[in-house]
Amino acid sequence: MILNDLNQVKEKEQAAQKKIVLRCCMAAGCMSSDSKGVKEQLEKAVADAGLQSEVEVRGVGCMKLCCEGPLVAVDPKNELYVRVTAENAPSIIAALKGGKANVEQTDPDAAFFKKQFSIVLANSGVVDPERIESYIAADGYLALHEVLNEMTPKDVVETMVKSGLRGRGGAGFPTGLKWGTVAKSPGAKKYVICNADEGDPGAFMDRSVLESDPHSVLEGMAIAAYAVGADQGYLYVRAEYPLAIARLQLAIKQAKQMGLLGAGIFESPFNFNVDIRIGAGAFVCGEETALMMSVEGKRGTPRPRPPFPAESGLFGCPTLLNNVETFANVPAIYRKGAEWFAAIGTEKSKGTKVFALAGKIKNTGLIEVPMGTPLRTIVEEMGGGAPDGGKIKAVQTGGPSGGCIPSQHLDTPVDYESLGKLGSIMGSGGMIVMDEGTKMVDVARFFMEFCMDESCGKCIPCRAGTVQMHNLLDKILKRKATARDLAKLEELCDMVRNTSLCGLGQTAPNPTMSTLRFFRNEYEELLQPDTFGAGATHPQTVTK
Amino acid sequence: MAAKTLTIDGKQITAEEGETILQAATEAGIKIPTLCHLEGVYDIGACRLCLVEVTGTPKLLPACTLKVAEGMEVSTDTERLRKYRRMTLELLFAERNHVCAVCVANGHCELQTLAYSQGLDHVRYEYTFPKWSVDNTHRLFGMDHNRCILCTRCVRSCWHIEGAGTKNVSGRGGKSRIITDLNQPWGDSESCTECGKCVMSCPTGALFKKGSTVGESVRDRDKLEFIVNAREKKQWNA
Ligand SMILES: Cc1cc2nc3c(=O)[nH]c(=O)nc-3n(C[C@H](O)[C@H](O)[C@H](O)COP(=O)(O)O)c2cc1C
Ligand code: SF4
Ligand code: SF4
Ligand code: SF4
Ligand code: FES
Repeated sequence: MILNDLNQVKEKEQAAQKKIVLRCCMAAGCMSSDSKGVKEQLEKAVADAGLQSEVEVRGVGCMKLCCEGPLVAVDPKNELYVRVTAENAPSIIAALKGGKANVEQTDPDAAFFKKQFSIVLANSGVVDPERIESYIAADGYLALHEVLNEMTPKDVVETMVKSGLRGRGGAGFPTGLKWGTVAKSPGAKKYVICNADEGDPGAFMDRSVLESDPHSVLEGMAIAAYAVGADQGYLYVRAEYPLAIARLQLAIKQAKQMGLLGAGIFESPFNFNVDIRIGAGAFVCGEETALMMSVEGKRGTPRPRPPFPAESGLFGCPTLLNNVETFANVPAIYRKGAEWFAAIGTEKSKGTKVFALAGKIKNTGLIEVPMGTPLRTIVEEMGGGAPDGGKIKAVQTGGPSGGCIPSQHLDTPVDYESLGKLGSIMGSGGMIVMDEGTKMVDVARFFMEFCMDESCGKCIPCRAGTVQMHNLLDKILKRKATARDLAKLEELCDMVRNTSLCGLGQTAPNPTMSTLRFFRNEYEELLQPDTFGAGATHPQTVTK
Repeated sequence: MAAKTLTIDGKQITAEEGETILQAATEAGIKIPTLCHLEGVYDIGACRLCLVEVTGTPKLLPACTLKVAEGMEVSTDTERLRKYRRMTLELLFAERNHVCAVCVANGHCELQTLAYSQGLDHVRYEYTFPKWSVDNTHRLFGMDHNRCILCTRCVRSCWHIEGAGTKNVSGRGGKSRIITDLNQPWGDSESCTECGKCVMSCPTGALFKKGSTVGESVRDRDKLEFIVNAREKKQWNA
């Protein structure tokens, strides 16, 4: 494959484009409410009406408004049908000739869609994730071609540094800096790993990207591999994502057949293979060192850093590890330029961020917004506020490692620094909206239980500390705790945060600390009078 | 090998490149509490008792895996570290069922000794009283999960000194436990060579020799170090 061939695929695909395209969501959310049946019936209805030459029914990825699925979009009429059933198909096809289908529609120009800014999700809901030609028609693999032909690995790293992209897996580490470190690490063998473990409860951004646009991640990985000098990549996907795994397998196969992965990519000396590794769904295996242990076939437990994976990672070799969304940003950065990317977002947080909007909110689904967008815009304008006229109490970001941002701080811009200042984190993109009915101590206990169950058990503070913190939260909720128990809880939060080995333990106290910071009264209301009197230091009686 | 100059607890010391803070401190006569560290096997930084403060680094780092660097300033015994160490030990005692009075390791248990040295006189956390079993199926040795602190010293000795690969960890979090082979009774294990290295490694009374009195069950830990030195450094003097 050379540039000419790539352009030919693109032209052929564009020439075959039919007048009307029905885009039918085939991502996991809509498929769980039978979008597959919808698509089959649409195809049948098109055939019955003899419209095959004019109408294409295209299976696409996520169209974002997941709560209203299955979704079907009609181009170029700009119509979006919601909650479509297989029986609706003939009505939708009949309406193509004029008239109105007897199916509910939503406004594709509503704030939920209009306020979005798509880089990562640009192809999501547009291209057919099961056909590489569809991705190529959307300028896919052009960036890889340019990188391999026009740029040295050093240029590639420099462009990444200039773009200002930061890791989307949670911590926001500058991607260019990471690439540069791996590129500079001595070693004949290097690896690139894509972290698609996505273990935060309520988060599904990475799954959607993989299901909707797998090639963008593969292209991003290939560009990264060229930059750092790696020839082998691994995609670490959790086993709970069978559809994403199937689409990735297909995408890898198609890319290999076209010479876009494998040996001598674009007839250059650059080789890059990608293999999939399936994780058994342990949250801790999303932590980079545990993930690499798991890829090596060992028990997935973290190890102390340094040494960092960039120096000594998978099988002891320099390893670049980035998140799915980080890689999905890459092709666009090389296609459109670092300056273009750096102009989006805020001073220190560039580009966009994808969030999985969930909880007590009208519109749930996927959103991609420029960094710096105020939380209020997201939850009130795009999300439509709490359902049934309820009032929003807090927004939880960062899952079990994050915190709750109370409604008085809704004007906070969404960027790494601002969320950090409020005791939360950007996280990987889970955003759970809570209304007035939510009890914050309950929330804290829920996340603590999650961390307790997901702790790998290697280090004592996290393994035994989360158990004690969970028991204390439980005791508070059962109205059996005193002020001394609360003090013990806070002391443990500080200790577990500072002494745990990996990020899981270090951040496990965050939801508790953040709810204590903003909703302390809810804890205190549950406390019982201390029979020993304030400040007493009697040893506690052991109870069974 | 290049020498590095650094300060530990205000004391200027030199150490060889590649040494850990724990090694350097030990050579300089500074004692850092440890539990998962065992001479002879590689370190994993798991128990967090050896955490130290390094000037300029916000995070506490385990001395057993931290390598020395030129100009490093390390504190091993601050108020904050002492507090965290005591809490770590308290958490351990509350986690399983440690009844020293009836334990085979009473008097020569590293956990007990550490607790004394850190001035721990009571545990403030509620005991969880978990239900754990005892594996007495092996001809020579026994394992009491009630006393295991999951330091994995036995696992590392079994894999990396003996090379048998019998001992392992299964499960997650507080439910983690040491298993033999694929979770069989120890007595049924075909890979166990009955070498006893795991028993020698154990800091608590979790692994024990059958038929020996408490007084006799002092660990013969030097043997492990001797084997490793003989193998790696070709030193045959104990
Ligand atoms: C307990 C734990 C779970 C994690 N889970 C994930 C995950 O599911 N996906 C992910 O991309 N990063 C996860 N991370 C962060 C990774 O360790 C790593 O920082 C990240 O993948 C780096 O990629 P980035 O620089 O592109 O963000 C997790 C970290 C911790 C401590
Ligand atoms: S902090 Fe928790 S998850 Fe991380 S190594 Fe320690 S026990 Fe395992
Ligand atoms: S006796 Fe030796 S071989 Fe058997 S489990 Fe213990 S260390 Fe492994
Ligand atoms: S049995 Fe002993 S050596 Fe093995 S993990 Fe438990 S306490 Fe450590
Ligand atoms: S001895 Fe260093 S962490 Fe256990």
